[in-house]
Amino acid sequence: MSQIPDPESERKGVRDGTRPPRAVVGSHRIEDEVFGRAFDKNIVRRIWAFVEPYRTKAVIAVVAVLICAGVQLLIPLIIRYAVEHAITPGSRDGSALLAAAGAFFLAILVNRVASYMQQSVIGKMVEVVLFDIRRAMFGHLQKVSLSFMDQTEVGRLMSRLQGDVSSIQEFLETSVLSVGDIALLFGIIFVMLWLDLSLGLLTLSVLPVLFIVRMFWLPSARNAFMAATETNSATNGALAEAIHGVRAVQSMDRQQVNFLLYDDKAHANLKTQLTAAKYAQVMVPIVDTLTGLAMAGIVLGGSKVLNDRIDVGVTIAFLFYIQRFFDPIRSLTLQYSVMQRAMASGKRLTEVLDLDIEIHDRPDAKALSPQMDGSIEFRNVTFGYDPKHPVLKNISLKVSPGETVALVGPTGSGKSSAIALVHRFYDVQRGQVLVGGYDVRDLTQESLGRQVAMVLQEPFLFTGTIFDNIRYHRTDVRRDRVIEAAKAVGAHDFIVSLAGGYDAPLGERGGNLSLGQRQLISFARALVADAKILVLDEATANIDSYTEMLIQKALTKLLEGRTGLVIAHRLATIRNADRIIVLQNGEVIETGNHDQLMAMGGLYFKLYNLNYASFDDLAEEQLDITAQRGGQT
Amino acid sequence: MNSHADGAANNPRNPFAHVEAAGWGQGLRTLTRITYMNLRHRWQVAIAIGSTFIAAALQLLIPKLLGQAVDQVRMGEGISGGTVEQALWTSALLLLAVSVLRGLFTLAQNYFAESVGHHFAYELRLACYDKIQRLSFSFHDQGHSADLITICMLDIEGVCWYFSTALVRAVLLAMLIGIGAYMLLSTNLELGVVALSFVPFVAWRSSRTQLKLRATWDELQGRLSVLGRVMEENLCGIRVVRAFAAQAYEMLKFERVSQNALALAQERADIYARDTSAMTFSFFFAMGLVLWIGGSKVIAGEISVGTLTTFLTFMTVLQMPVRQIGLMINAFARASTCGSRLFGFLDLDITIKDAPHARPLEISEGTVRFDNVSFAYPGAENRQILRNISFQARKGETVAIVGPPGSGKSTIAHLIPRFYDVTGGTITLDGQDIRNVTLSSLRRAVAVVQQDPFLFTTTVENNVAYGDPWANEPRIERASESAQLHNYILGLPAGYKTVVGERGVSLSGGQRQRLTIARAMMLRPSVIVFDDSTAAIDAATEQRIRSAMRRFAKDRVTIIIAHRLSSVMHADQILFVENGEIVERGTHEELLVKARRYEALHNLQTRPRDDDGAN
Repeated sequence: MSQIPDPESERKGVRDGTRPPRAVVGSHRIEDEVFGRAFDKNIVRRIWAFVEPYRTKAVIAVVAVLICAGVQLLIPLIIRYAVEHAITPGSRDGSALLAAAGAFFLAILVNRVASYMQQSVIGKMVEVVLFDIRRAMFGHLQKVSLSFMDQTEVGRLMSRLQGDVSSIQEFLETSVLSVGDIALLFGIIFVMLWLDLSLGLLTLSVLPVLFIVRMFWLPSARNAFMAATETNSATNGALAEAIHGVRAVQSMDRQQVNFLLYDDKAHANLKTQLTAAKYAQVMVPIVDTLTGLAMAGIVLGGSKVLNDRIDVGVTIAFLFYIQRFFDPIRSLTLQYSVMQRAMASGKRLTEVLDLDIEIHDRPDAKALSPQMDGSIEFRNVTFGYDPKHPVLKNISLKVSPGETVALVGPTGSGKSSAIALVHRFYDVQRGQVLVGGYDVRDLTQESLGRQVAMVLQEPFLFTGTIFDNIRYHRTDVRRDRVIEAAKAVGAHDFIVSLAGGYDAPLGERGGNLSLGQRQLISFARALVADAKILVLDEATANIDSYTEMLIQKALTKLLEGRTGLVIAHRLATIRNADRIIVLQNGEVIETGNHDQLMAMGGLYFKLYNLNYASFDDLAEEQLDITAQRGGQT
Repeated sequence: MNSHADGAANNPRNPFAHVEAAGWGQGLRTLTRITYMNLRHRWQVAIAIGSTFIAAALQLLIPKLLGQAVDQVRMGEGISGGTVEQALWTSALLLLAVSVLRGLFTLAQNYFAESVGHHFAYELRLACYDKIQRLSFSFHDQGHSADLITICMLDIEGVCWYFSTALVRAVLLAMLIGIGAYMLLSTNLELGVVALSFVPFVAWRSSRTQLKLRATWDELQGRLSVLGRVMEENLCGIRVVRAFAAQAYEMLKFERVSQNALALAQERADIYARDTSAMTFSFFFAMGLVLWIGGSKVIAGEISVGTLTTFLTFMTVLQMPVRQIGLMINAFARASTCGSRLFGFLDLDITIKDAPHARPLEISEGTVRFDNVSFAYPGAENRQILRNISFQARKGETVAIVGPPGSGKSTIAHLIPRFYDVTGGTITLDGQDIRNVTLSSLRRAVAVVQQDPFLFTTTVENNVAYGDPWANEPRIERASESAQLHNYILGLPAGYKTVVGERGVSLSGGQRQRLTIARAMMLRPSVIVFDDSTAAIDAATEQRIRSAMRRFAKDRVTIIIAHRLSSVMHADQILFVENGEIVERGTHEELLVKARRYEALHNLQTRPRDDDGAN
């Protein structure tokens, strides 16, 4: 009896605590730059453009902030007045006390209104500005070229729309408040010097000390904080991986190894967190010591009273100021890193906002009427994502109204690009694409989209009900039309069998439906859109034979009475087409129906005779080559 | 989806909903448990709490010293002499010493309190990680991943700050407010009452605000995540959006959920602004009263100016802690809700685990045997997925399972490595019931090649060697060659070192499936199960994989689940499964002759109206 092939030596490592050479958990994430320059004029200007519409509110907020700072300054002065004029032995005066108390209450009433105004106006305004920024970015992304969207990870864009917008929030909120901090700081300095020059200078002498200490502290503290954030997100990343990959982990029995590796990460995180805590806390005794020094100085300075220079009131006022003294400095140094973060985020936001929009409606663009004939024509079209490497080379083809044309050809032959051009996802480099007899560039994109329905290879469903998904943007369509469409494509039966029927909520991206079912729903969606022209990229993934039959029938139904341009993968679809166009390397090499093409004995004949149920079964090698090319660029 | 968000917006919000939902009794149990777990870090807890006591006492000394100093200054007026000056020096040095000490003890208090929290978080993280790895498939099937992320990230954080922001702060606040109140009241009862009058109001107000903000925070996160989802789906489905020229519709959808979140965010800003300004006002109001009444008392000669200074500085000292009562209450509430969710997760039962006397699996022949196996998913026991499944496969044999979607074919695959436990009958490997052997040995012996495999964001070679991280390069390359992946990998920018997965180079469905085939071969399993795992691989490549694996398959049992007949027709035995039962069995040739269903499937897959004839 042999042990299962799981040599003891391999497992021993785990027990020793050594880590296997090829094991990692929670791979390294490539993070964006966290801190930028502290101040970037251009970025501030861009952000300001979003604040500009609300500038009255901004002004009100700043005024309110200044009033609050003023009241903070005034209170010790009122106390001093009371001490000096009302309750010192020499001048005990009830009415002066009353006046002081009256002034005090008046000041705090003003403060109450101002502080409410300040916080409420800032808070609300900042929220609106954020949503405006987000809307501008989101709206812009609706228009930028598809090739950009294809090359960009959605996660990256989402972190612009969420994370980066949030750091702008922090920045906006704190920048108004720091106006108050600066005012308060200078106010306190000014008042102290005014009350008593030498005592003021004595007290202020601790300030440079604090600045110098913070100057040395800040760089290493920031590194410590960044390290803490980094290890924390690395640990969380590993945890997320464990959650999402749990099946793979369990089925390959990697739990022990992974636990050890995770422990390494979590422990490293513990260490950086503790270091960061040390850095954060070390400032406490320093600030306290300086406060103590200043207070001692004032108490001693108070002995100048002996020489009859100042009085108790001033001493008390100073003591009050000292307790407020360090707050603005503390928050201002924090503000520095907030600004750096905001500049880095702002840079990324403006990058999104500045993305080129390549496809515009012409100023005199016409709306494509639903009464157009439904023809498609390519006239000498040359097109490439990179103009130096055209994907379509001088192509001419015509699809007559009501005709179904199948596009076939190996991967990379330009089929997908051709149908993308009908919809004007991209503009041609040379030649013309005509829909209903009009150059697509002369039409509004909106009206073109209404008349050209498109079904993509990968069905995409949105969170929501099945009804929402079939109806999609045609909010004017009634429920019975939706049901009718579902029946027509053969989706009705499985829909009503779901709990909730048409109102059944779909899991994330329709995860609770099979690929075939999602495909049928996307067919129904195209049917509801009721366009004259249907452009379709047949699904390549292997759907089980039962669902495939349904889809084949639905397809026939969908193409009834419409002009169809279909990228066909299945022989059944190809054979049902009125005409077949064979593309290779961006050129039309054969045209005709099945029999004609078979008689020609060209590429189609060769492909067909390889005897597979689908043309895709041929393409894997070529697919590998194109994928590699894509991976390198 | 909009209906969800709208519905939530129309619900009247109850700021205490989360507290009520947790239930006070359960909440208290949770807090006790958290406290107990924190106390295990005995020394750090002792230092933190001890420092808190000392720091609070020192902080209370400062107003006293200041008042004393002011009186000394006052007394000094008009009198000359060394005594006063000496007294002032003493006061000044005392002030400095007390300030320094207070700073140091506050440092110790904060640092050790945080440290306890971080250590606690570290332990909880490990516990959660371990739990995730142990929980059975039936748990993970319920689609908990978003909840798990919340628990393992936000809830751990909520609980780990409990010690510093709730417990230590409670001690600190009790000290400051308690002793402070005693000192004020004993100095002058009337003025003390006035000075403290803001405390209950601010305490109540700040607690209410914090709880309200907390409740609306959850709600706001919900609305923001709806907004996030709308944006993300739009960007992922941008081709659909463009294809239907639905940008206007999408903008409208965005606008609606965006406004929904905005309204709440603004409301929260307002709650905050209203309450903080009210709290500041009540504090200043009390201060004004102290100034007025205290001033009158000074005029009347009842108290000294120094005492008045003590009162006023006391109030400034107390202001922050009193405001923090709200934060503290919030920290308790947060720890209680986060804690109950977290412990709810950590206390979950693990359904599939080693039996008490489980022994490592011992393989000699490697025969897999199903005896009258039936199965239903946990929680849906009355819906039988499999019934009376019996078959046997020996070393070197291939068993193929076909059938319509939903017939239960994949379930059969998942039972062999015990992703689920059978509800009737037995599965044995060389005569050993799989429930009596250790899970670890079983899963190393049975490799399942999944339909939609998970790629880890790491290099290709690490992904291939996932189950055997000690493997050397030649072995990884051999497995990749057999899976027809080697040439593709060599073409990648960094070859075997290329990072793939979510954040790396993305692979097509077929390439992913081939990678998992290589991954399974690395395990050198006794049983290899292909769970519809060649669907995205073209027939020609699949053929090449099969011939490359011929030697590999000789030493093990191969089970293939597929719907493409070309993948299964070479099997030694084909089982046709329908509604959870084996309805037809035999070799391809036998079935074509005698089996109606298999033949129907065969006809579906050969070319329609093809006069050349299939094969």
